[in-house]
Amino acid sequence: MSDSEPLLDISELRTWFFTGDGIVKAVDGVDLSVRKGEVLGLVGESGSGKSVTMFSALRLVATPGRIVGGSVRFDGVDVLGMPVKELRQIRGDRITMVFQQPNSSLNPCYRAGHQIAEVYRVHQHMRRAERDERAVEMLRKVGIPDPGRRARAFPHQLSGGMAQRVMIAMALAAGPELLIADEPTTALDVTIQAQILELMAQLRFELGTAMVLITHDLGVVAEMADRVAVMYAGQIVEETATRALFAEPLHPYTRGLIGSVPVIGRRQDELSVIPGRVPNLIDLPAGCRFAPRCEARIEAGLTRCIDEMPALVEVTPGHRVRCFLHSDAAESATPVTIGSVRR
Amino acid sequence: MTAIDPVVPDPFEPPISPQGVELGPTLRSRGLWRDALRATFRTRSAQVGSAFLLLLVLLAVFAPLIAPYGPNEVLLDTGVSVREKPCIHLFGCSDDKPQHIMGIDGNGRDEFSRIVYGARVSMLSGVVCVTIGLVIGTLLGLVAGFYGRAADSVIMRCMDVLLAFPALLLAITIVTVLGRGLVNAIIAISLVSIPIYARIVRASVLSIRELDFVAADRALGVRNRRILWHRVFPNALTPLVVQATLGIATAVLEVAALSFLGLGVQPPTAEWGSMLASERNNVFTAFFLVLFPGIMIMINVLAFNLLGDGLRDALDPRLNK
Amino acid sequence: MLRFIARRLLTAIPVLFGVVILVFILARVIPGDPCKAALGERATPQVCDAYTEREGLNDPLPVQLGRYLGDLLHGDLGDSSSQRRPVSDILIERLPTTIELSMAALGLAILIGVPLGILAARKRNSATDVVTMVGANVGVSMPVFWLGLMLQYLFAVTLKNTALALPPSGRLTPGTIPPPFFETWGLSGNGVLDFLSNFELLNAALQWRWDLFWDAFQHLILPAIALATIPTAIIARMTRSSLLDALGLDYVRTARAKGLRESGVVVRHALRNSLLPVVTVIGLSLGTLIGGAILTETIFGLSGVGKTVFDAITARDYTVVQGFTLVIAVGLVLVNLLTDIVYTFLDPRVRVT
Repeated sequence: MSDSEPLLDISELRTWFFTGDGIVKAVDGVDLSVRKGEVLGLVGESGSGKSVTMFSALRLVATPGRIVGGSVRFDGVDVLGMPVKELRQIRGDRITMVFQQPNSSLNPCYRAGHQIAEVYRVHQHMRRAERDERAVEMLRKVGIPDPGRRARAFPHQLSGGMAQRVMIAMALAAGPELLIADEPTTALDVTIQAQILELMAQLRFELGTAMVLITHDLGVVAEMADRVAVMYAGQIVEETATRALFAEPLHPYTRGLIGSVPVIGRRQDELSVIPGRVPNLIDLPAGCRFAPRCEARIEAGLTRCIDEMPALVEVTPGHRVRCFLHSDAAESATPVTIGSVRR
Repeated sequence: MTAIDPVVPDPFEPPISPQGVELGPTLRSRGLWRDALRATFRTRSAQVGSAFLLLLVLLAVFAPLIAPYGPNEVLLDTGVSVREKPCIHLFGCSDDKPQHIMGIDGNGRDEFSRIVYGARVSMLSGVVCVTIGLVIGTLLGLVAGFYGRAADSVIMRCMDVLLAFPALLLAITIVTVLGRGLVNAIIAISLVSIPIYARIVRASVLSIRELDFVAADRALGVRNRRILWHRVFPNALTPLVVQATLGIATAVLEVAALSFLGLGVQPPTAEWGSMLASERNNVFTAFFLVLFPGIMIMINVLAFNLLGDGLRDALDPRLNK
Repeated sequence: MLRFIARRLLTAIPVLFGVVILVFILARVIPGDPCKAALGERATPQVCDAYTEREGLNDPLPVQLGRYLGDLLHGDLGDSSSQRRPVSDILIERLPTTIELSMAALGLAILIGVPLGILAARKRNSATDVVTMVGANVGVSMPVFWLGLMLQYLFAVTLKNTALALPPSGRLTPGTIPPPFFETWGLSGNGVLDFLSNFELLNAALQWRWDLFWDAFQHLILPAIALATIPTAIIARMTRSSLLDALGLDYVRTARAKGLRESGVVVRHALRNSLLPVVTVIGLSLGTLIGGAILTETIFGLSGVGKTVFDAITARDYTVVQGFTLVIAVGLVLVNLLTDIVYTFLDPRVRVT
């Protein structure tokens, strides 16, 4: 596999939930890719579909959800169509996940070391003693003091931060090529957050693992990610390198997100928010999903947004946006200023 | 400067907008109840259960119209013999013989009529048992959970003692003490079921008691009784309603069991359990006289079980669809 | 761990005490004259006075209670007035039958209920699931006594001369008197050995008398099935719902993400936790089983605890009622205690005191 081909390539992915109230289009046409060793930040509010996207990549979506369209390719191989046996070999070994609530994501009946060792039991042939040794080694690697004793602890005896370290150890045990972290620090205290992020950054450099970092926290993304994809209502609305995103956010939603983060030292009388609410995923508007809340659209006098869905277009090299304001401009090659750029 | 009289809004009255429109759901708001009922009747269980229930209620209410004979009418002088097999004209029984679709019982009475009239006793006794047990149990549970410490310990120990006995055994003993008869059987079964409801209510109370909105009420100075009634009780309702429905099923079974043992309904009253009992020794010769009452008990119990299941599925907040 | 057991035992003591007192009161409150019940309707007033005096029935209640408690601590449950022998003797004779019946029913219920529940959960919403759950619903709604009668009819009449024929009543074929195992072994009987020898299945097995074993076994099948139906249904439903709950939990998702096979996910992760409520249900079922045993024993003519208590109530035999009810209630309290302890072993979360 050449370095230019993505490790994970998601294309036109659609995952819908068939509920009694209607079809919830949680993921509706998502294109993503992650290159070897790269860290992709997947940003969005709750309900934007970011977690479901990555669950779909591993086919971990539970009923009433179903992947209804698109493709997922890992290392060139089609994931959605592959037989379950092959999929199971990839899970936990080449692609692994870390979940949001560490204490509930670990089985309360088994000791920490056992759960890490289970990865080796499933994916590698090792004797029991060796498995346990390696598990302790992994615990040491994730910075848990006295790992030998901690390996014998039950999840309820671990603090949130420790439990998350155990989960990371479990995820990295088999030396995966891709680690998907679903809001790994959201449930933790701020100080612990920083520690976990530091740990992940360090391990990433040591092991060269690619990562998808799902979060709603722009700060996390700024610190860790090489590239960022912003999701809204089941679609990617902007995708580019991290620096570029923060330096010059193009999509009105992204601008709103970045602008709403209060800056230390700056005086503000009110917190700036994006007016309106996230659309109901069962009852989606025909055009751009952000249009109802988009002030920029009104300022620019665009009506196209309401009826037509903009496509995800590369307006500058490496920077894709789903917005008529920019794709039109790219076609006509006129620079666009939308209001004042808030920093 | 005029003193402004701070109006503390009554937390239990629905907030009214300036235009006089009621805002937000309250206990009295019909929206919540209607949603709950609608959700219940979407479940297959509740649909089937209520269908059965409706059938039985119709039988009970319209018994005189449906039953061809009285429940205690002896028909031996009309040419039929004791324990005669069912004669259904539609299925080939000759027309000159009188039709008895479930046959004749051991005393020469029409079995079908007795079955129909039996519906009254079964349904009524089940509902009454649960009502009494529910009311008393709820009161005990509320007191134990809310006032805690001494009251809690004493009440719950008593409940534990009652629960240490198998329900039927305790009921049998109580009926023996009070004397045979349907009323005493109902009292006995009600007593035996009190601890179950007390436990449920107490558990609900304990979980609600510490929640923030109760603390807010207390801070506002609302009296305990009002908190109990308006906040705690509605939240305990869900498990209570489910348990009460299932409890009717159990009560019907227990009344039938007591009657079967000769301790409940006394002859000649038509009740399915005692009808089973009187024909017990004839199971090999008059099988149908044992079959029909048993099936009716089963349908009755099944109806309430299904309804209770439907309620549970609909009201359980953990089920996210 | 031991501290936990000790604490649980401590909370059980007031309950046990309450049970004793309640039994005592109930037995005293049953209407009817104990003297006439014991000595017959024709007992003269003088004889009755002497009887009452002898039995200490004129003493104030607290004194009677005290005497009763004292006797209890010596293991003396009093004498039966209708059978003229110590209650403990009757207990030794009859308790094993009920235990055999209950154990057989419980075993059936677990062996059939748990796998059914797992099957229904695995194939959620499929035809298998629906049929199983409907069956469970129906099973839970069937009156035990009716089911017993139906089974009798089916196996003793309809299938009378086939291979599937089963005896409708009795513990053993009439006239069979099995020798107690300790006699065959050359030992002399005492309370404990007597008690054990009344377990017909055990007794036969210990003597290598498989004809006796088969006889006892055959007579146990129908009552066990009748008694087991309701617990089977309850256990099946609880297993299914508990397993479904567990399968929706986060750590099950983690297990899948680790690449475990579905069977591994279910058995190693979901089942471990979901079996906990099932254990509780099994413990609670014992109460239902004893209650149902009263009815089953009456129909199938088994001389067990349930039937004995019922007969004693009818015959105003207070001591038997008292003794047996006490033993049953105490037994249940201990079983509940045991269930709690087993639960603690299985769930590491509860172990932290």
